[in-house]
Amino acid sequence: MKLASYQPDPATTTRFLFFTGKGGVGKTSLSCAIALKLAEAGKRVLLVSTDPASNLDEVLETALTSTPTAVAGAPGLQAININPVAAAAAYRERLIGPMRGVLPESALQSMEEQLSGSCTVEIAAFDEFSGLIGDTAMTKDYDHVIFDTAPTGHTLRLMSLAKAWDQFLAKNTSGTSCLGPLAGLEKQRGIYEATVKILADTSATTLVLVSRPQRAALREAERTSKELRALGMNNQCLVINGIFTTTCADDVITQAMQQRGLSALSSSAEFIRSLPTFAVPLRSINILGIGGLRLLLGGGIEVAPGARAQPKDRWTPPEMESLEALVATIERQGHGVIMTMGKGGVGKTTVAAAIAVMLARRGHQVHLSTTDPAAHVAQTLAGQVQGLTLSKIDPAIETATYQADVMREQGPAMDEAGRALLEEDLRSPCTEEIAVFRAFAREVGRGSNRFVVLDTAPTGHTLLLLDASESYQRELERQARTTQPEEVLRLLERLRDPVFTHILLITLPEATPVHEAAALQEDLRRAHIEPFAWVINASLLNSGSCDPLLQRREETEHRYLREVVEKHATRTAWLPWQPEEPVGPDALARLASTSLQSALR
Amino acid sequence: MKTIQVYDPPLCCATGVCGTGIDPDLVNLSTLLTRLSKHGIAVERYNLGQRPMAFAENSVVKALLEQAGKSALPLILVDGKVQVQGRYPNAEERSAMVREALGNKAEALS
Repeated sequence: MKLASYQPDPATTTRFLFFTGKGGVGKTSLSCAIALKLAEAGKRVLLVSTDPASNLDEVLETALTSTPTAVAGAPGLQAININPVAAAAAYRERLIGPMRGVLPESALQSMEEQLSGSCTVEIAAFDEFSGLIGDTAMTKDYDHVIFDTAPTGHTLRLMSLAKAWDQFLAKNTSGTSCLGPLAGLEKQRGIYEATVKILADTSATTLVLVSRPQRAALREAERTSKELRALGMNNQCLVINGIFTTTCADDVITQAMQQRGLSALSSSAEFIRSLPTFAVPLRSINILGIGGLRLLLGGGIEVAPGARAQPKDRWTPPEMESLEALVATIERQGHGVIMTMGKGGVGKTTVAAAIAVMLARRGHQVHLSTTDPAAHVAQTLAGQVQGLTLSKIDPAIETATYQADVMREQGPAMDEAGRALLEEDLRSPCTEEIAVFRAFAREVGRGSNRFVVLDTAPTGHTLLLLDASESYQRELERQARTTQPEEVLRLLERLRDPVFTHILLITLPEATPVHEAAALQEDLRRAHIEPFAWVINASLLNSGSCDPLLQRREETEHRYLREVVEKHATRTAWLPWQPEEPVGPDALARLASTSLQSALR
Repeated sequence: MKTIQVYDPPLCCATGVCGTGIDPDLVNLSTLLTRLSKHGIAVERYNLGQRPMAFAENSVVKALLEQAGKSALPLILVDGKVQVQGRYPNAEERSAMVREALGNKAEALS
């Protein structure tokens, strides 16, 4: 399959660009590179990040805030970071601030609690986000507005909210709309309508689906493509980032890496042909800074083909264990919860599945579940293992079940008009958050008599979920009158119990995933949750490749391996890059039992 | 004309469905208020999470908040007098509110 290289023409690029894709595919790097290219062609460009776990600062080497900031070294380029948590905090302060000293402390506290929920976070971010699209005054000074959106689940929700809420506003007649805590939302209506219209306008908006040459990432891009087409976003293109073409023919692992990419592309051939598709070659270094961004889309070759790197002094890696060694510690308890967390695309699903398979094969009852809206657990574990059960937290199904439960429990005590009003409010976007949260608590609760392995959603969403559980807990304590399932009441206590819950932070041996996992660890510690171990996935260490590009990537790994072991982790497991995607129980078990020592041989 | 004022604790929405549990008395009060307002009763509803100023401006409400804290909410006033405090009115109290508000026209609502 021959793909054109991704070189968008500034003359024909639409005003709005949205980058979406599975976490870790390179949305941030690509959106920055395009923004830079447009700015260098003389355009005035605003780059926007709405990702709660944004690493735009790191890529642009500029400290960003919630107001446009000029990017050093790139005239014409400004960037803004909409942190939904910070946006919610600002919104909260706007409401509560003027009340200090006016209302008693306990009233202020209960406002604070209500406004700390995930609804407020979601709504505050969405509000700022749509302002940049639908409010022409805010962006009149820019030729292009480029959105480096959050990992897919979050992006989808933000985008579909625009339409869902628009319909909701039009249909809701009770005048007491459950549009979340944003008072006076009706005033914003014009902006929301404009936003929906612009997203669907093919001459104004392009959706750039970003993928890696990997099956799971391509499937995810295809799913997103269909979903957003259904929401009216029809001007789409696909960019496959990190295409690897080796310059050396006599090395098995290098050939396998190239082959794995090619076979992933051919398995999605139909999708790739269905829309304009472009390629960006694999680069040997992390893309950071203006120079790195220029290189990403530039045609330049960084390493002369065939040039072998000079033999280096042998580097001694730090102490790292196999995944199996971690599992051997975890299994002593006989039951409990194991959660894999980290930036999207680092292999949380694969690691979770490998742990589940290993525990089941050691004779334990194991349940593998996912809260990731872009889940592919079922595909990864395409085989049956005795003692292992699977489930998925699907937001749509969980919401429908929750709505039905509430109506069954509460309906009989109400009159007909009351039921109608309740049904109306149950259609609000907040209901989904609550339903998903309850499902999460339920899965964690199952760990009291078996092992539950949770492959959680990408970092930002997971954080929101945990944060929700914190404020949820306070709310429950306040409302002594409500009848809550026991597993919801005990969730936070369970997550904090180091014997019951083992959290594994998964990372790749690269700058951004390591730094985001470290930030996540800090957040967890603030919530009094201590991670059990780190897992470094897909390492090229000792791959023995003769390809100069891979050799340079391997060398780049050294400092990150050392950083994790020496600075961040109490225990570290190491997993090698796999020539084939580990699919099925045997491949997963093999991966889990690989140690650095055995890989050396 | 009769006036009913409801001072809610911070709620996401009128039915409390966005909270963590649902109180049927709250949902039933919401529908009753809608119907009463159609019969010419002035209904005012304030949510502490959205309209905190309204709580500070009403001296009765503010005094009760200072006294009992947030457990004073929800607070239902009829013509400025406290009718129910600290919870939503049950079926009996709702009927009493209807009789109080509509007098001999209360039949029209049943």
